[in-house]
Formats: sequence, C-alpha cells, structure tokens
Amino acid sequence: MSSLVTIDGLTKRFDNQDKPALRAINTQISSGHITGLVGPDGSGKTTLLRLIAGLLHPDQGKINLAGLDPVADAHEVRRRIAYMPQRFGLYEDLSVSENLNLYADLRGVHGAVRKTTFDRLLDFTGLAPFTSRLAGALSGGMKQKLGLACALVATPELLLLDEPSVGVDPISRRELWRMVTQLSEEGITVVWATAYLDEAEQCETVLVLSEGDLIYDGEPTTLAARLDGRVFLIEGIESDRRKVLNRARQNEAVMDGTIQASDVRLLLNENASAPALTSIGAGDGARLKAVAPRFEDAFIDLIGGGFRAESPFADGSQRSHETEIAVEARGLTRMFGSFTAASEISFDVRRGEVFGLIGPNGAGKSTTFKMLCGLLKPTRGEARIAGVDLRIAASEARARLGYMAQKFSLYSDLSTYQNLQFFARVYGLPGAGQRRMVERMIDIFALADKLDHNAGQLPLGFKQRLSLACAVMHEPDVLFLDEPTSGVDPRTRREFWAHINAMVSNGVTVVVTTHFLDEAEYCDRAALIYRGQMIALGTPAQLKAQAVSTALPNPTFEDAFIALVEQNEAERAA
Amino acid sequence: MMFSRFMAIMRKETRQAVRDPSTLMIAGLLPVMLIFLFGYAVSFDPRQFSVGVVVEQPTGETESLVASLRNTPYFEIKTASDRAAFETNMAAGELDAIIVLPQNFSTIALRGEAAPIQILVDGGDPNTAGLVGSYVELLVQNWLEQEWLARGQPPLVPLVSIEPRVWFNAEISSRNYLVPGSVAITLTIIGSLLTALVVAREWERGTMEALLATPVSPLELLLGKLVPYFVLGLGSFVLSVFVAVAFFDVPFRGSFLALSLAAALFMLCSLGQGLLVSTLTRNQLVAAQVVAMLAFLPAFYFSNFVFELDSMPLALQLLSYAIPARFFVSTLQTQFLAGNVWGVLLPDLAALAIFAIVIFAVCALLTRTRLD
Repeated sequence: MSSLVTIDGLTKRFDNQDKPALRAINTQISSGHITGLVGPDGSGKTTLLRLIAGLLHPDQGKINLAGLDPVADAHEVRRRIAYMPQRFGLYEDLSVSENLNLYADLRGVHGAVRKTTFDRLLDFTGLAPFTSRLAGALSGGMKQKLGLACALVATPELLLLDEPSVGVDPISRRELWRMVTQLSEEGITVVWATAYLDEAEQCETVLVLSEGDLIYDGEPTTLAARLDGRVFLIEGIESDRRKVLNRARQNEAVMDGTIQASDVRLLLNENASAPALTSIGAGDGARLKAVAPRFEDAFIDLIGGGFRAESPFADGSQRSHETEIAVEARGLTRMFGSFTAASEISFDVRRGEVFGLIGPNGAGKSTTFKMLCGLLKPTRGEARIAGVDLRIAASEARARLGYMAQKFSLYSDLSTYQNLQFFARVYGLPGAGQRRMVERMIDIFALADKLDHNAGQLPLGFKQRLSLACAVMHEPDVLFLDEPTSGVDPRTRREFWAHINAMVSNGVTVVVTTHFLDEAEYCDRAALIYRGQMIALGTPAQLKAQAVSTALPNPTFEDAFIALVEQNEAERAA
Repeated sequence: MMFSRFMAIMRKETRQAVRDPSTLMIAGLLPVMLIFLFGYAVSFDPRQFSVGVVVEQPTGETESLVASLRNTPYFEIKTASDRAAFETNMAAGELDAIIVLPQNFSTIALRGEAAPIQILVDGGDPNTAGLVGSYVELLVQNWLEQEWLARGQPPLVPLVSIEPRVWFNAEISSRNYLVPGSVAITLTIIGSLLTALVVAREWERGTMEALLATPVSPLELLLGKLVPYFVLGLGSFVLSVFVAVAFFDVPFRGSFLALSLAAALFMLCSLGQGLLVSTLTRNQLVAAQVVAMLAFLPAFYFSNFVFELDSMPLALQLLSYAIPARFFVSTLQTQFLAGNVWGVLLPDLAALAIFAIVIFAVCALLTRTRLD
C-alpha cells in the first residue's frame, strides 16, 4: 500500500503552553484508507490535521503530501485536499445551495460539471429537498452532511474530517460512516479525527494520540486483540455493583474497571488471573464471563491503566433525607418562540440514584436539565427538588443542589485556589470549615500543583476537576452534572465516575447528561431524549433489551438508541 | 488572483450583509441618527438662561436695568426682593445665575464707582457659568454706558474689559459644522467596526478555517470582503449628505465629486483599520473594543469634529496628524461651509491617499492563509 502523506519528526508548540501540542510524530497515511485519528480533547488531533492542511507551520519535522510541502506549496496542496473543520465550516446565514455554490466557486467547479456534482452530492447526502433552507436552520446531522458535501465539491485526493460526528445523533453518525466508507471505496484517502473511541474500531488504520504523543499506529483490531483473554464481565451481582467495582479496582490483578449496566467490566493486567468474586463482595450468584476486548480497553492499556485509587468521597458518611423522591419532573415543557425544545417530560429520580439524560446535541437534554435545577423557567409543568417546588422556593431548593455546567463556568482569571475559596464563601461555609473543605478538595482532585494557575489556562481535565470540586463543596444532596466528561480522556472519565459513585454510595442523588451514549451504562436509570421528547425511560439493561433481535443478540447502547428512535418514529407516523 | 473566486467571496459577503439586520441598521439608520443627534440634540450655541434678579430697593435705574436684561433673547428673568428665595432655586438647578442689585445700587452706579452688582453663577456646569457671567457683565456695561449718555455725560472708563465671542454670532450655528463632521464618524464605524466584526465572526464560527483550506488567495479574500462594505459605506455617505442638506438646511457650497473622492479615500482608510484590527483579534467583543479605542475615539477627539484642535496641547495637535479622520473632517467642513478651497482639499486628499496606501500595505504584509 502506497502512502499519500509521510510525516517525519513533526513537532508543534504553541506560545502559551509549556508542553508541545505534538511531539516528534512519525507516521504514514496510506492512500485509499480510512485512517482514524483518535484521542481525547487536547491530545493534538486538530493540530495535526491543520498541519497537514498547511494551516499551521511546523516547528520541527516535515510533512510530505504526494511530494508537496503543505506550507510552501499551500496553493497546490489546497487544490488536492478537502478539510472539514469542527462545526463544519458552514455559513449559517446562507442557504444549502448558496453554501455549495460558494465552495464550488472557490474550488473552480463550474458549468455542467457543477450541476452533475451537485446532483450527486445532494442525492448522496439526502439534502435535495432542503436546498433553499438556511444552513443555520438545519439539524445537527444535516449540517454535518452539508459540511461534508461542501468539502466534496471538487473530488479531493485527501479528505480531512475534524470530529465530524461529535454530538451528532447516532442515526446520522451511522449514515456519515456509510458515506465516508463509500468515498474511501472510490479511492479517496480519509483522515477521521474523533474522541469517540468506539469509532476507531471502524477504521482500517488508527493513529492514537495522547498528550501530543503518538502512542499507537496500526490496525485497531490488532491492538484490541492484544487484550484477548484479559477482559471479563461480572454478571449476576447480588450486592451494590458500585461497591463491587470499587473493591475490584483496588485489586492487584485489575488494570481497569467500569460499570456496564447491571454488570461490572474488568480489564486484567497481563498474565494476571481474575480476583475471586467473593473477595470483592459480588455475592454467591455472580459469574465471570470472558468478553471481547474493545478499543477503549486497548486505549486504557496503552496509557497504563485506569483510575485505581479509592475515591476519598467514599468515607461512609450518610445523608439523611426526608423524602424518598429527590427530583420530580412533571410535564416539563419549554418553548423558544414556536420551537418546542422540551415537551411533556415527566420522571422521578429516587434518592441515591444515578439518573442519566441521554441524547444527541440539540435533543433537549440541557433544556430539561436547566428546568430541573431552576435555571430556566418551564413554559408548562413543574420541577421539585426534595419536594420543594422550584417556582416557589428556588433559593431554598438551590441550596441543596450542586451544579456543574457544560461550559467551563468558573472565573478564568482567578487562580485555582481563588476559585475554590470564592465558591466556599459563596456557599456560606463557616471560617474553619471553609479552609478544611478547600484543603479536602485540593487533596481529592489532586489540584495541589495547579493552585497558582489561572483557571482558564488549566488543561481540560483539570478544568473539569475544578468545576466538580466547586459544585460539591457545600455537600449537596442532589448533584446536577451537565456533560461532565465530555472530551476528557478515558482515565479522567473513570476518575470522575469513581467520585460520583462514591458520593452516590453516601446517599447523594446524581442527575447527569451526556451525549456519549455508552455512558448510559453507568446510570441506574436513564431517560432517552430525542427531538424534545422523552422516548424511553428505564434501566440500561431494560433499554438495551428493547433492541435485542436475532441480528443483534448483544446490542450496544447506540444500537438500543437507534432502535428506540425508529420505534418512536414508526409510532408517530402511525 | 482569480476573478471567479473574488466574485464568490464578494457575493457571499453581500448576501450576509443584506441578511444581517444589524448591518443594514448601521449603514442606513446610524448616519441618519447621528445627523439628527448633532442637528438637534447637541448644540454649542447659546441657549436661554434662567436668571433671578434680586432688586432690594426698586428705583427707576433698577427698573431700567431689569428691562434691558429682559430685552435680550438670552435670559429668562425672574425678580424678587430677597436673595433667599432664589438660593433654593439655584440649588435645585432651576436658575443658572442670580444677579443682586443692592439697596444703594442707583446711588453708587450713577456716582461712577465700581458697579456694585453681585453675580452668583451655578458652577456645576463651568461652561454655562462662564457664559452667564460674561453676558451679564457685558449687558450691565452697555446699560451703564447708555445711562451716562442719556444724562449727557461722557462715558466712564469701562469697568470691565470686553472680549467679543463667536458665541454671540447668531449666524454661525454649531449644527452647520457638527452635521458634516458626523459623516466622518459614520464612515469610521461602517468601515472599521463592520469589517472587524465580520472577520472576527468568521474566526469565531470556524468558517475562516474552512475558507483558508480552499485555494483562495489572500488578495481575493481581502478584496472580496472589502468591496461590499466599501459600497455600503459610500451609500451611507450619499444618504448623510442628502439628509444634511435636504432636512437640516446645512449649506453645501463645494463640489460633490471632490467630496466623494475624499469620502472614498477615507472609507479605504477605515476599512484598512478594520482589517488590521481583525488580524490582531479573532473575537468579536475584543474587536469592537479595539476598534473603539484605535479608530472611533481618535476620530471623535482629534479630528476637529467636536473638540477644537487649536485649543489642545501641542503634543495632541501633532498626534492628530496620525488620524485620517482629521483630514476628512477638514475637507467635509470646508466643502459644506466654504466651498472648493483647493488649498485645503488637495493636501487632505494627498494625506488620505497616503494613509490608505500605508494601511493596506501593512494589511497585505500581515495577511496569511495560515492560522499561525
């Protein structure tokens, strides 16, 4: 297989960062393949794509793209490549056909060729009925397809896609994969950057980046196959599965562990044998079942294991509760003009439960979430926290809840320590208690090295840690977490869940939103939100069971989501 | 440079400008608003002052002085026999000044001793205070002279020295120079602010990255973005001149063609400043602040538009030569009020052309089709 791009000793630094964004990368991108560029946020994916597109100047090393240098021969390189940046590079105030025409003009596609290309692309993307609609009025999935169509107006040799599927609903994500696979069969070389580790499994080759280092370069199956015989599921757990996981994670033999619906998934160290199930308190009925390794297991193996320490929140302290129901949503509806962002959403969250609001971006998760914690007034319906109506006693209810916003919402220009101190004071913690709690948070979230750094300059994982610390300092009974693990690396994600699980064991109730569908596995119950409607509610096992078919005996959560959306649409059509 | 790529960018930019209500508001409404503001609301011409006259002992002389004060268009006069009543009014801001004519006013005044008049002015607004003081002194002086003449006696040595002020010249209304000057402000905002915001918006929304990854060249990108705003700016200019002349009766004595040429050159300077700002910042909020600091405020303060350069310290006067608006305002005011004065117009045009060339040269040097 010939290579289209050769990368040799590539290093890129940015002025405001101590660590290089990319360090001494050597690799080749084979022509005609789909190469997955995989890694968490901040690992260097976008920087690498920009360097290949000639949008950035390398500090050291060289990129050779079919004999051309992306910076020196920028003009020629840009004729041959197509690049779809994050958020698709669309003009939202231009219509679908105006966007296409703009890129066709810029790429010199005119006349009859343009007409046949447009017909083909509109057919390919299913956008033909929407040519006069403004791009801003398209759904996330349609925007993504239009972005792809704009990148494809002149058939490129190399197609660079920067996180094309982030936050997009799973159905559109599958369609996009189908389209890109077809392009690759037509001979186009594709580089697909993603933070979703499950997408890596669908690529022919993967480049795995972690903090600017290339930690794996090869076939994804080979990588996962290295872990054969090391991944197990503990089924039929009779006690609290979170406590089982907590004990298992501290076992010598275990490299990584996660909750998977009602089971616990373990990745063992090389040549280690599984811990005795009784020693981790799984109960007599529990069984160990070997399962196929996934790419995420391989990633954890590459970075040297998951989060193993015990969360200091697991101190056995118990919260007292007056009510059995911690959060109630009754017919929550929110309109923005004529658009219904959330419609008739009702559910109860029991105390000590992890409740997930799961759905793609724009489905209405955050709207529902904000109504639940009193940040947004419902058009209709009501929300209660521990029996208190938010419309009547919002501040009383708010004192009992902790909230971590989706966007980093701490003070960027204050240091880590100043942020902690500020929130401790805002929550009205008394003098000595205030100092003690700040010290405790610094200890739990390993913030000691970062105390003098401005919060805005922290790496993503630390920003998220600090946000969580500020949300839990006043020991709330109910914790609202809006996309807490979005974009963070798998190890930090596990650390977060270890803390969340520990707090839940103490009786804290957690409501969490996520567009990582597989995170629903960590919840006790989840509501699936799609186009403003709650289309399903149940335990992860129940939700997955609804998608079981002969073709799919073991559906993933994504399969379940797609099946439920299709069922819902069939019902609506009927 | 490929014409079809330039046209593609220009078409896109025009569509976006036309669809964005804020762009049209800035181009269409702002000039009219500014002209109304400077035509009606802001004025440096004297207004009527409220003055309280305290007459402690009415005599023929005090009556004649009060009558002559009443006869001027500048004062609205109230009288009282005691100062106390007026003091509260002045504290409440209802009176601008109090004139006290003491009991022995007639005797002293006609004896030729120093005028025994007390003038109390509200110093809260120093401008008004100074004006009222001068007016009253002048009027009392006139009245004294006339009293002396009426009695067939030679006038006394003037008690106060008198400075004639342009304020008194009713012929020159401040509207006539503020309205033309406001055109420069309009063009600064359209040129610098709109372009800087439009480019910053592309960075914020990530479309710039997609654009740069196509074969588009810096020149095509720059020109394609500038032309629509250039046209928009000239449209606002024509609108401004029309409103000024048709609705505010500001005289226009020069050549429209010459003024348009100056406007076109000034528009280029503004657009260039906007582009420079957008290369410095890729964020709309910062862009707006930088434009306000680097383009708008200097154009406002150092262009002779509102604040007279001649009364500024030398250093600031020298600084004004680095502000393109200074040259445009000078042409605007001359063209409107004086006519085609070539001695003013030619140096202004030359200065504006030099500014435009320098600014665009810097822009061209700084523009890259890369992100770093």
